[in-house]
Formats: sequence, C-alpha cells, structure tokens
Amino acid sequence: MGTAVHFDRVAKRFGSLQALAGVSLEIAEGEFFGLLGPNGAGKTTLISCLAGLARPDAGSVRVLGRDVVADYREARRLLGVVPQELVFDPFFSVRETLRIQSGYFGIRNNDAWIDEILENLDLTAKADTNMRRLSGGMKRRVLVAQALVHRPPVIVLDEPTAGVDVELRQGLWEFIRRLNGEGHTIILTTHYLEEAETLCGRIGMLKQGQLVALDETASLLRQFSGHTLTLRLGQGGLPAALVPRLLSREGAVCRLRLAGFAELEQVLADLRQAGCGVADLKLDEPDLEEVFVRLMRGEVSREAVQP
Amino acid sequence: MMLGFRTLFYKEVLRFWKVGFQTVAAPVLTALLYLLIFAHVLDENTRIHGVTYTAFLVPGLVMMSVLQNAFANSSSSLIQSKVTGSVVFVLLPPIAYGEFFLAYVLAALARGVVVGLGVLLMTLAFAPLQLAHPLWALAFAVLGGAMLGALGMIAGIWADKFDQLAAFQNFLIMPLTMLSGVFYSIHSLPPFWQQVSHFNPVFYMIDGFRYGFFGVSDAAPQQSLLVVSVCFAALTALTLALLKRGYKLRA
Ligand SMILES: Nc1ncnc2c1ncn2[C@@H]1O[C@H](COP(=O)(O)OP(=O)(O)OP(=O)(O)O)[C@@H](O)[C@H]1O
Ligand SMILES: [Mg+2]
Repeated sequence: MGTAVHFDRVAKRFGSLQALAGVSLEIAEGEFFGLLGPNGAGKTTLISCLAGLARPDAGSVRVLGRDVVADYREARRLLGVVPQELVFDPFFSVRETLRIQSGYFGIRNNDAWIDEILENLDLTAKADTNMRRLSGGMKRRVLVAQALVHRPPVIVLDEPTAGVDVELRQGLWEFIRRLNGEGHTIILTTHYLEEAETLCGRIGMLKQGQLVALDETASLLRQFSGHTLTLRLGQGGLPAALVPRLLSREGAVCRLRLAGFAELEQVLADLRQAGCGVADLKLDEPDLEEVFVRLMRGEVSREAVQP
Repeated sequence: MMLGFRTLFYKEVLRFWKVGFQTVAAPVLTALLYLLIFAHVLDENTRIHGVTYTAFLVPGLVMMSVLQNAFANSSSSLIQSKVTGSVVFVLLPPIAYGEFFLAYVLAALARGVVVGLGVLLMTLAFAPLQLAHPLWALAFAVLGGAMLGALGMIAGIWADKFDQLAAFQNFLIMPLTMLSGVFYSIHSLPPFWQQVSHFNPVFYMIDGFRYGFFGVSDAAPQQSLLVVSVCFAALTALTLALLKRGYKLRA
C-alpha cells in the first residue's frame, strides 16, 4: 500500500503562537486514522495545511504523492474535507449546493451519486430545502455530503459528529466505514474518544502542535493504559506495598493502576497478607480516554512513544 | 472552458439573480431617481455637448450603475463568504486562481451590464436613445465593469469586516464615480478641478462611454480607452498576485 498523506516537518505559526511545531506523519492508503488532541492542539491547522486552506511556514504535505502547494489542483482533487466550522451557503438548496460542489470539481451529471449520498446521510427528504431551513445537525451532514461529491480517495473529517444525533452518528459511521472498506483513506478528528477507539486503526495525538503519540489504537491502549482496579476497603488501611499503585482515593474507595490483568493476583495477595477486607471490587478495561488524559498531562514522556 | 470556472461563474450569477429585487431592481430605481431629480431641476435651459441635460445624463447614469454594481457584486460576494466561512467551498476545489479571478470578474460584469441595461431601458421614457458609436460604448462598459469587478475582488479580499468594505465603498468608489463627470461635463469645472479629474480613471470610462452615445467627449476616446485598459491590466495583475499568494484567503 502506498502513502495517502505525508506530512513532512510541517510548521506553522500564527503571530507568536507556534500552532504546529514540525509535525511529521505518514498515513497509508486505506487507513482509518484518528487525529486526537485537546482544543487548540493544532488538529484543524494541520488539516488546513493539508487542504491548502493554510500554508505551512516550513515543511511540506503530499497527498498520494502530489505536493499540496506545487501541484495544488491535483492534490485537491484527491481530497474531500469536512470543515470543523458549521458553514453553508444560504442562497441554495441542498441539491443545488451538491451540484455546484460537483461542478467545482469538474464533475457533470452527478445526480446518481448525489442521491446515494443523500440517502446514506438521511437527507433525501431535505434535498430541495434551502440550506437556511436546515437544523444544525442536518447542515453538518450536508457538509459531509459536500466533501464526498467527487468520491475523493482521501477523506478528512474534522469533528464531523459534533451536534449530530446518536442515530445519525451511527448511520454516518456506517457509511464512512463502507467507504473505508472500498479503499478510501479516512482521517478523523473527534473529541468523542470512544468513537476514535472503535473506528480508528491508528491514532496520532497532538499536543501544542507536536505529535506526542502515534501508534495502532490497540497497541496504544496496551502500552499506556493498564487496567484500573477500584476497591472498597472493608477494614484496615491500604497496605504500603500498594500505595505506589494508587491513582485516587475517596474515603474507603481506592483506585489502583495495574499494568496488566496478570497483576491482579499479586494485588489480592498483598491485601490478604495485610489483613485487609475487600467490600467491593471492580476491574476496568483500558480505554482511550485514560491514555489521552495521561499523555496530555505529560505523565508519559515523548521518548516512550514510537513515532 | 473548464467546468470549475463555469460552475463558479454560474454560482456567482445565481447568487445575485436570486435576490434580483435588491441587486438589480433597486439600483435601477436609484439611477432613475437621479435622472428625475436632476433633469427636473436642470433640463429647461442646460445643453451640454449639444444635447439636452437629460440626454447628457443618461449615459453617465448607465455607466455609473454598471461600475457601482460590478464593484458591489464581487466585493459583497467575497466578504459575505469570508465572514460566514462558506468561502472554504471555493477554496477547497481544484479551481486555478486564474479561473477564480475570471469567474468573479465576469459575474460582476454580468450584474453591472444587467443593471446598466435596466437603467438604459427605463430612461428611454425620458430621452430618445442616441447611439453614435455602439462599439465604443460597449468597449467602455465591458472594460469599466470588469475593472470595477476586479477592484471589488481586491476590496472583498482585503476587508475583514463589512464596515471596512463599506468604508472602501463610501470613501473611494462613491467619490470616484460621483466626481467623474456623470452629472456634468468637466469643461464646466474650474481649471484646477479639471486637472484633478484627469487623474480619476472613472472619468475616462464615463467620458468614453458617453462618446459612444453622442460622438463627442471631453477627452479623445482613444486616450480614454488606453487609460482604462492600462488600469484594468494593473488591477488584474494585482488581483492575480493576491489570489496566487492566497492573501487573506488562505492563512
Ligand atoms: N487563523 C488563525 N489565526 C490565529 N491563530 C490561529 C488561527 N487558527 C488557529 N489558531 C491558533 O492555533 C492553535 C491551534 O488551533 P487549531 O484550530 O488547529 O486547534 P484544534 O486542535 O483544531 O482545536 P479544536 O479541538 O478546538 O478544534 C490555537 O491556539 C488557535 O488559537
Ligand atoms: Mg479543530
């Protein structure tokens, strides 16, 4: 498989603010890639550099081998971008909007595909409604539709599910997954971490314009987030041997970190030995949220990450 | 021509046509009010270039409408899409900046010409139409409208807010068009102001356009055509340079 998107040491400042501090990242064809990071991390800026909406101060970006500056027309043809901001052209209906967008990409008579997109995004009933009359979530779906009119091999979704109801979110993901299955490369940013966890094969995390983690979702989970054991102690304090594992404590309820499932036995042995009674016990699976929080707090050093 | 360009042009035309009451009918009415008021006050005993004041006023008003509306179209379209953010829809597709320029300028010209024709039609009721050199008139209408369309693009790209655009319009476009000899022959001005008028490119557009109607003008039409062509070429080069750099459109 070739490289779908190649960011090479991309840097971008806005005045004194370093929005991107030399980001290098390769995304392979056919990947479902998640770009995560807190507000202001630089996700949208990175996407803007990819889409030609912003020009990097240094570094380069290529889409399927085409440089987004030198070969901008070909690069843009290969890209479909759903912008984060909820924008629309108030002069047109949904169908007009999509026909016009097709024309911009040099595509004539695109109605069959437009109808299919509308169907998949549950917009068929609104096809002839003016954009102004749509609800926020519907406008968001039209934005998704606009990004897909030219069947781009690389699809970039910048928080596509913000403000979209649960049912539609499912429908949208089903559609995007199908496109991914057909070979389209997907790049997604979202603040819904469970969404990223279930959808993305690989995840990159940005923090203050730097890539702080980059790995397959499963391995990221394995590497950075052990299981969490929640205990309600019946009698006696927490044995000294377990204090280093303590994540938080509220009265008799302690949360302990386990590197893996296997450590559970040791913990229970320690408790028994100290004569601690356990009133209640719960073991949590690792989740992306914890990885995210720990990475953003800086608990994991950059060296621990394999970019 | 490329479909991307054609679609953008079509979209820009549709944009003003859908609100034609405001973008076409209203400026026609404004021009007509000028004609009624000035002609009523001055027609009795004023003759300029050998024609009645009303007849003299018609080409000036038509051209002023072409210019102001061409400017308004490209500038308001750009600032609106910038402020609302919908400008991304034209920035994401593979439209070359030359096509981008052409689409906006031609749509601006289209609105200018539609309004100009509307004004011309309405004024037929007040003064008989005289068209001594229609090709000269057409050349000035097209070049002038395109030039103001390009200027409108520059203003729309430069302005971040509606009030900055309004300032551009009120402090540059309005004085340039109003003080260009629409309402008078500059030969009726004191020598100093005659000199000043010669630095106003809009003067040459109005004067040359009027030559197309009456065959007489304050400046030689060839000279006017040259001035207008040079100005248009300069503004085209500037606009293309801004678009190529992505000035204020691409961060
Ligand atoms: N056009 C701009 N001018 C000035 N600063 C900007 C501009 N765009 C972004 N920034 C700044 O760059 C930084 C990164 O912004 P960016 O929009 O890329 O963040 P993000 O990761 O997409 O955040 P969010 O999750 O909130 O969408 C922020 O500090 C932001 O304020
Ligand atoms: Mg963002």
